[in-house]
Formats: sequence, structure tokens, C-alpha cells
Amino acid sequence: MDRATEGLSAPEFHLRDCFIRGLAGDAVQYRRFLDGLGSHLRAYLRRRLPRAQADVEDILQETLLAVHNARHTYRDDQPLTAWVHAIARYKLMDFFRAHARRESLHEPFEDDGSLFVQSDVEPADARRDVGRLLEALPDRHRLPIVFVKLQGLSVAEAAQRCGISESAVKVGVHRGLKALAARIRGSA
Amino acid sequence: MKTDDFIAMLANEVPPVDRRAPGRRFALALLLGFASATLLMAAGLGVRPDLAEAIHLPMFWARLAFAAGIGGAALWLTLRLSRPGVRIGARWAGLAAPVAIAWTGMAIVLAQAPAGARVALLLGHTWHVCAILIALLSTPTFAAMLWAVRGMAPVRPRVTGAAVGLLAGATATMAYCLHCPEMSPAFWSTWYLLGMAIPAAVGALIGPRALRW
Repeated sequence: MDRATEGLSAPEFHLRDCFIRGLAGDAVQYRRFLDGLGSHLRAYLRRRLPRAQADVEDILQETLLAVHNARHTYRDDQPLTAWVHAIARYKLMDFFRAHARRESLHEPFEDDGSLFVQSDVEPADARRDVGRLLEALPDRHRLPIVFVKLQGLSVAEAAQRCGISESAVKVGVHRGLKALAARIRGSA
Repeated sequence: MKTDDFIAMLANEVPPVDRRAPGRRFALALLLGFASATLLMAAGLGVRPDLAEAIHLPMFWARLAFAAGIGGAALWLTLRLSRPGVRIGARWAGLAAPVAIAWTGMAIVLAQAPAGARVALLLGHTWHVCAILIALLSTPTFAAMLWAVRGMAPVRPRVTGAAVGLLAGATATMAYCLHCPEMSPAFWSTWYLLGMAIPAAVGALIGPRALRW
């Protein structure tokens, strides 16, 4: 037991374990982490946004993308809740700023550690179509994501199809997902 | 796209994350910034001609330690602010320690000096260029560190921008120490600090835009 796992609830302990394995390249565990995190975040956002339920699924997807793009910033000695909560809060503040729903800010916004208390697996429909934003990305970003992330080709196969090197495919996926996050921000 | 499909996309083909990459990026940015500031100083201002003698004076090292102390605290803050959910709390005081020590030195020097000499000690010969030159020398580190932090995930962009600016200012000050002839703590604990405060203020101004993610 170190500082990061001391006194953790069972779901957080499990999620952290999946996440750490995901960081090491285990896609199955990483998927498990994102699924679990998604349910917790959905419940969290539904509590935080009582008057904007229709936006929950959009902010959820945006937050999951932010978590994915920032996954290298997690420190092993840090509670997962604190890290995820800071990201979710940052994205939520972004949403509030964009929509100027000042009254929603009146609720105190503390790190109450309640992120992993509830879980909500029933998704609503997203209003924004991330797929369409993805289609609008330039080819150097779009093609690596479509081949590797959507069609499930290996990096080597995708490199062959695109006629670029394998490292260029990896960079393309990485930058492409960052570009996608920027587009999502711009569409808010 | 449904959230389930979106998650499937994110989780598909995830390469292992290189946990040491952020550290390397920060080290590279800091090294490039400091080297550029030193080169700029040497080429544009010139190393002080009596440097070989000056390094035997304790005050030379006290002055450098002042800049290094603030730089160390600013680097520590920048590293922590770059990661979501890392607390800082009371450790902000680390930034105040070098300033408090230097100001104590200034107070002692000014108290011991005859009343008529105090203003001269405070202004030295170069007060009108010192802060501006430090701010100018801070630009390479400023740009390089912004690049490094943009690869991270700062959730408090304004404060993070200020920390980056302060770090850039402190790096520039360390380079400037090799040029500057002023040795009185009354001088440098005022004007060096002002020189570092300029990029810090710029960082606080542009942080929310430059560090958005």
C-alpha cells in the first residue's frame, strides 16, 4: 500500500489497476478503465448539471478524450480520483464558460471524493457528432485515426495504406486526437 | 457517435505510454532556454571583464543563489501545475523564502549605510536597464517552457503561465549575473526581482490562451 492506494474504495482501486495496465499498453484493461470511468463520470455530470441533462453525453465524451490525451500526466503516487476530478472539473468549467450558465457555478465545486461513489451506465444520445468532427480533420490526422483506431488495423498496415512511416502513423493518431479535442472545444 | 463506440475507438491499439517523456521534455526546454539566454547575454551584453575576480566574492554567489532559489521554486511549481490534481498548498512558501532572505540582506545593508548613500545602493549604475534586459533574456526559456507545458495538462492555466514566466525570468537572471556589475543586495533583490516579475506577469496574462487544452 502506498499513498496512492491507501484507503481507496473498491471501484477506485479496480479502476486504477486497469488504468495502470492500460498505460503499459494493455488495450483490454484500458477499455475496462474507460468503460468504468465513463459510467462514474456520467453519474457525476448528471448530478452537476441538473438543468443541462442534454449536454451530459457531450461533456462526457469530451472529458474521456481529455483523460485519454492527458494520460501521460498521471503520477503513480497520486490518487486517481484527484487526477480525474481535476480534468473533469476543468472541462466542466470550460462548458460553463462557453454557455455562461453562471447560476450553475453557485454550487460549491469541491473535491469531495464522490466521483467513484455512483455510477450510471445508461447513456443518452450525444448531441454533438464526434464522428462528423473526425471526418473534418485533415488527412494526415484523419487517416491514421480511421485506420488504426476505428478499423483496427495494425500500425504497420496503416503505414502501408497511407504510404508513410509507422512512427508517422503513431504521431498522426496522437496529434489527431489532440486536434479532435480542439475541434470539440471550438464547436461548443 | 455513441459513447460506447467512442470509448472503443479510444481504447483501440493503445501504445504503451513513455512515463519519462514529460521529464525529458522539460529538461530539454530548460537546457535550451538557459543555453540561449547565456549565449544572448554573452553575444549582446558581454560577460563582465572582471568575472575571474568576481567569482571569489561571496556576494557573487549569493546573487546567483537568489536567482537559482527562485528558479528552483518556480520549476517545482511548473512541474506540479502541469499535472491535473497535484496539490501545492502551503508549499507556495518555497517561493517566498529566497525573497525573504534577500530582502533581509537588503535591509541590513541599507541600515548600515549612511543615509546619503542608500539611494545610490538601491539604484546602482544600471537600474534603468536591468529589469528590461532580464525580461528580454527570458524569452527563449519562456517559449521553450510553454512548449513543454503545452504537452501536459495544466488545469490552472493563469497560475501555470505565471510560474512558467517566473522560471524563465529566473533562468535569464542567472545568465545575467555573469554580465551584471552590481553587487549590492539592495540593488539585485529589487531589480532582479522586477526583471523576473515582468515575464511572470506576461505568463499570467497569456496563460489562459496559450495553455488551453
